[in-house]
Amino acid sequence: MATKTDDKRTVEYLVTRNAEMGVDGKPALGYTLPPGMDPEMHGEHMLINIGPQHPATHGVLRLVLELDGETVIRCIPHIGYLHSSFEKLGEYRTWNQVIPLTDRMDYLAPLIYNCAYAMAVEKMMGITVTERCKVVRVICMELDRIFSHLLWMGTTAIDIGAFTVFLYTFQERERIYDMHESLTGARITTSSTRIGGMMADLPVGWTDTLQNFVNTLPKTLDEVDVLLKNNQIWIGRNQDVGIISAADAINYGLSGPNLRASGVPFDIRKDRPYYDYETYDWDIVLGEHGDCYDRYLVRMEEIRQSLRILQQALDRLPDGPINIDNPRVILPGKMDAMTDMESMIHHFKVVMEGVNAPVGESWLGIESSKGELGMYVVSDGGSKPVRWRIRGPSFINLAALPKMVEGSLLSDVIAVNASLDIVLGEIDR
Amino acid sequence: MAEKGFTDALEGLAAGVQPESATGAPKGPPADPALHPSVAALRTKFGDAILHNEVVAGDEHVVFILPERALEILRWLKDDPAQSYDYLADVTAVDYGGGRPLQVVYQLWSIQLKRQLRLKAELPLVALEIDSVVPLWNAANWLEREVYDMFGIQFRGHPDLRRIMMPDNYAEGHPLRKDFPLRGRFSRAEQTRRALEMEVEDYYIPTELDAAEESEREAHRESELSG
Repeated sequence: MATKTDDKRTVEYLVTRNAEMGVDGKPALGYTLPPGMDPEMHGEHMLINIGPQHPATHGVLRLVLELDGETVIRCIPHIGYLHSSFEKLGEYRTWNQVIPLTDRMDYLAPLIYNCAYAMAVEKMMGITVTERCKVVRVICMELDRIFSHLLWMGTTAIDIGAFTVFLYTFQERERIYDMHESLTGARITTSSTRIGGMMADLPVGWTDTLQNFVNTLPKTLDEVDVLLKNNQIWIGRNQDVGIISAADAINYGLSGPNLRASGVPFDIRKDRPYYDYETYDWDIVLGEHGDCYDRYLVRMEEIRQSLRILQQALDRLPDGPINIDNPRVILPGKMDAMTDMESMIHHFKVVMEGVNAPVGESWLGIESSKGELGMYVVSDGGSKPVRWRIRGPSFINLAALPKMVEGSLLSDVIAVNASLDIVLGEIDR
Repeated sequence: MAEKGFTDALEGLAAGVQPESATGAPKGPPADPALHPSVAALRTKFGDAILHNEVVAGDEHVVFILPERALEILRWLKDDPAQSYDYLADVTAVDYGGGRPLQVVYQLWSIQLKRQLRLKAELPLVALEIDSVVPLWNAANWLEREVYDMFGIQFRGHPDLRRIMMPDNYAEGHPLRKDFPLRGRFSRAEQTRRALEMEVEDYYIPTELDAAEESEREAHRESELSG
């Protein structure tokens, strides 16, 4: 850096990305150095620290960057600032008590995490949930995929400098919050699934609210698309930024929209279908360049595909019980527990002892909004997990950040980090 | 009763290192290798290195392998065109406690062939070392760092094996081991004292401190030349 002898600190704009704009705001051709700066300064490295408290890091991510001018030479992410050791805490809780921990990981799509955990435990225990429960869980998961992608769109646009999109998407998210609230009683920490079913059935009129949402969201999506798709600033900041090839993306273990933006057709809903996803009519969304702009296009289109799935799920939503009929797993109704001796005993056993799982294990991967969400549960026959492991998609997507940003500009780090759609609650767990 | 209550409540605090257990982790009955093409191929190709295979949760195939040959087997599974497990979904570990060996778990997926396979390598507590698979999949980098951080398993040949969730100077051990008490090994007062004693340099790793020192030296030299 140029050394200053006087005490007063002044701000110097060293580099400008717009080649036509000079240092003093006067038009200039080509690259100009600030006055008084040694032209042989390049090659001198500088270490800067971003975060952990920085709005553009989407949580408490900390990046240490080694810069040469504005070019990133090395990027070293530091994580763990939000570490709460959910996996260890889970080992001290019964199978049902773990559920509140799951939605605190990805608070941007809590229902997906609730469902994924319940699915893994049910698979290990050999429980098949009811038809109605399957469709309700598909609705929950697709709704939260939209929920998460809308947040991603709003905050990424803010990072890039477009504020309006944030207002549009958060207005729509507010409607999903309300649906969460009437379904589960909570807006973020939903804890809505139970082993063998759901906390409660859909409230009266909930499907009408959802139908209204499915009908009206495309209009907002079109408006957002108009704001961003052909926006010169959005294109300039996103196209050809943070490129990762298909082979690299697979090698780095990327998943979800980030992998599909590189052109790899891997979607667990198609490749290892669960909950009858193969019977819904929808398409995998693929990008081709693997840059930030394609990641935007993929997520935008995925919201539309999720709306298609939601519409079909609403149409086929069957009547019938939402929970399985097994008193050793599911709590009896309140009236039964108060009047019937047998039910009261079951109630006591399920609450005090918890659900007992047989010896075994299951590693179940589902498609969350951010990629492959793996839930690995190991039981030794007790009412608590021996091991509960979460393969967090953001954790592994973030590990590829240095690969994408090294050699690019400092401002691209913000764009690339935003485009990955990370949530630190699940990275640090 | 009253005087020994508090420390006893922190499980494992007094127990120290657990004695080696003769029995391994629970295993299911062996399954027919012909059920999964990769398991059958592994049996014929590697023979002795395949210790056991089973089916869990209905359709999940698990193969137990010799830890010394893990890298070789995984390399073959990735590169052989008939297997082509190009996607490493997960690397993790399981501690069953009671001095039983730790299991390192590899979860593989083949994007082309749409096939899933889980490999397990059991490591005795006295020799927690296994070859790193970062040369095969870059995805293993952070996953192995996490296993090292949480379980204390050393990965030979890992390019950057250091703690990832816990701070670099964390001295209480490896949290997900069964002999690790839920609240940590140190008292709350000691944990607070250590947190307050952290210097700015403690938040940076040696590579970063070297780079910062280098740029500082450079700037100093520049100013001497110009001044």
